[in-house]
Amino acid sequence: MTKAKKKHLIYNLVIFALVIGAYVLLQNMIAAKTITRSLKGQLIPICAWIIMAVSLNLVIGFSGELSLGHAGFMSVGAYTGAVISGWLLNAFAMENTGLRLAIAILAAGLIAGIIGLLIGIPVLRLRGDYLAIVTLAFGEIIRNLVNVLYIGTANGKLYFSFLSKDLPADVTILVDGAKGAVKIKPISTFTAGFILVMITLIVVLNLVNSRTGRAIQATRDNRIAAESMGISVTRHKMIAFVTGAVLAGMAGALYGLNASTVIPTQFTFNQSINVLVFVVLGGLGNVLGSIISATFLTILPELLREFADYRMLVYAVVLILVMIFTNNPVIRSVFMRMFSPVRRLFRGRESQQGGEAA
Amino acid sequence: MMIFLDNLINGLSLGSIYAIIALGYTMVYGIAKMLNFAHGDIIMVGAYIAFCGLQYWNLPPVVAMLMAMVVCTLLGITIEGLAYRPLRQATSLAVLITAIGMSYLLQNLALMIWGANPKSFPGTFINSFTLHLGRLTISSATLITILANVVIMIALTLFTSRTKIGKAMRCVSEDRGAAQLMGINVNRTISITFAIGSALAAVAGVLLCSSYPILQPTTGSMPGIKAFTAAVFGGIGSIPGAMLGGILLGVIEIFGKAYISTALGDAIVFAVLIIVLLVKPTGLLGKPVREKV
Repeated sequence: MTKAKKKHLIYNLVIFALVIGAYVLLQNMIAAKTITRSLKGQLIPICAWIIMAVSLNLVIGFSGELSLGHAGFMSVGAYTGAVISGWLLNAFAMENTGLRLAIAILAAGLIAGIIGLLIGIPVLRLRGDYLAIVTLAFGEIIRNLVNVLYIGTANGKLYFSFLSKDLPADVTILVDGAKGAVKIKPISTFTAGFILVMITLIVVLNLVNSRTGRAIQATRDNRIAAESMGISVTRHKMIAFVTGAVLAGMAGALYGLNASTVIPTQFTFNQSINVLVFVVLGGLGNVLGSIISATFLTILPELLREFADYRMLVYAVVLILVMIFTNNPVIRSVFMRMFSPVRRLFRGRESQQGGEAA
Repeated sequence: MMIFLDNLINGLSLGSIYAIIALGYTMVYGIAKMLNFAHGDIIMVGAYIAFCGLQYWNLPPVVAMLMAMVVCTLLGITIEGLAYRPLRQATSLAVLITAIGMSYLLQNLALMIWGANPKSFPGTFINSFTLHLGRLTISSATLITILANVVIMIALTLFTSRTKIGKAMRCVSEDRGAAQLMGINVNRTISITFAIGSALAAVAGVLLCSSYPILQPTTGSMPGIKAFTAAVFGGIGSIPGAMLGGILLGVIEIFGKAYISTALGDAIVFAVLIIVLLVKPTGLLGKPVREKV
């Protein structure tokens, strides 16, 4: 085993150990009832946001494409999950919630992946800010379309209607236009969320450290050089983009099936931006950073509850200050000097954390 | 036919507002190479200031508008100096996130100062008369909006091509390093660009709220995003491009809503944008950039 491979392995094992450790700790806290109610209610959303952040990091951090429509895939996943779960209950009277959740999540990943592929074919021809604006546009189009989508189920069949509520009278409504996906039976569990996070990490970390992953990072670092080495840029960007879409769809199903309704306005452009903030604050190409920042920033507004009126204000100020402090060369060098003894300890890890997108 | 003309005029009016906002985006992008996501919220601040002037202090409309422009100009310069200048060497993504943070900050400050309840913008501002041309009626708000757009376009074109500062702006956008070597004060030029962009945002805010008189802290975000797409549509960095993109986007939106589906208006706008970018990846009037190896 080469030195580089060993480093990757250790880094990955540390991440897995931390996530499993956190899961075991939280399960113990739930069993011992020492967990606060607000935190308990947030466990599944935290899992969903971790998956969103890690999958977006794959797209932005590793393949270097700024995507501003990630919430669109989450929305597709949430709706698919709700519809499939409702349909399974109606068609097969499937009472086993675990199985239903698993099928719903898989279906959500599949549909989101297909849409990701369809969007990726035209979008990945563009570069930089143009790519950003087109992904933003797709996110908004998806939100607009689900706003006028009506889906019902009866006798094991699914009925679709678009623009107007044109469904047979006896159906159970699953998706009701602007009211969103209604009457969902919440079936997501923290364990399912944990398993999904683990799957995400296994997929992303293995992909990143594979031959394909290195090709993806090569296209990010220098498109022309990568192309001249015989790497198909479009194909590798597509792999990263679609994998990200599938994972986001799964996270959406997990998130949607945790609530009783899902409304289109939950997955706006602002939500995509939130996930982007997780990724950038955690560090581009840094998977552990994404996990930590997604967790922390999801809990943060709750922690700031005392400041109720000011919490979004504080959040905004913190965001700006963090960006300035971590990116201004002068301030950064002052910090580096202050922490140089600490840094020397971790020097081995420094090179692990992936580069920044050019 | 009358309905068609009516829609066309409404589209031109909405498009003019998008165009004025898009000018701010495109100038800042051209010079500072950053997407200023807080631009939409400067529109909102401008509208609130004008609202206060009209509603609480009973100022004449022109004074209220000038006050909004002055406040927004100062705000734009302050934001640039405090938040964006320290990040001049940073990656574009870092600046983007800072701009998003700034957008949240402005929205929440507005929420604290003016509250969450939507305010109804005084309709008397520029709705003083209606023009009747046969069966066609055009409100003064529409007329003034379109007129303001034309004036701003001509003024900006003259400014960037004739004045010294305008030429400096074009130099900086072409090659920042070379401009600095030629003795152009890059930081000051960028500040001036932000000042002009923000003043235009204030104008756009007042015009927007005169036509669609609901004012709340999130008023600026959707027009901001649309104007941003308009800027990209026309080719980001290009002033005539922003104009053309804005007007086309407004017309497409109104026609889409009128003839296809009200609920899908935004989807149609964005779909057209995507198609244009696929055919012409740098926007309608954008210059293709050659890549050197």
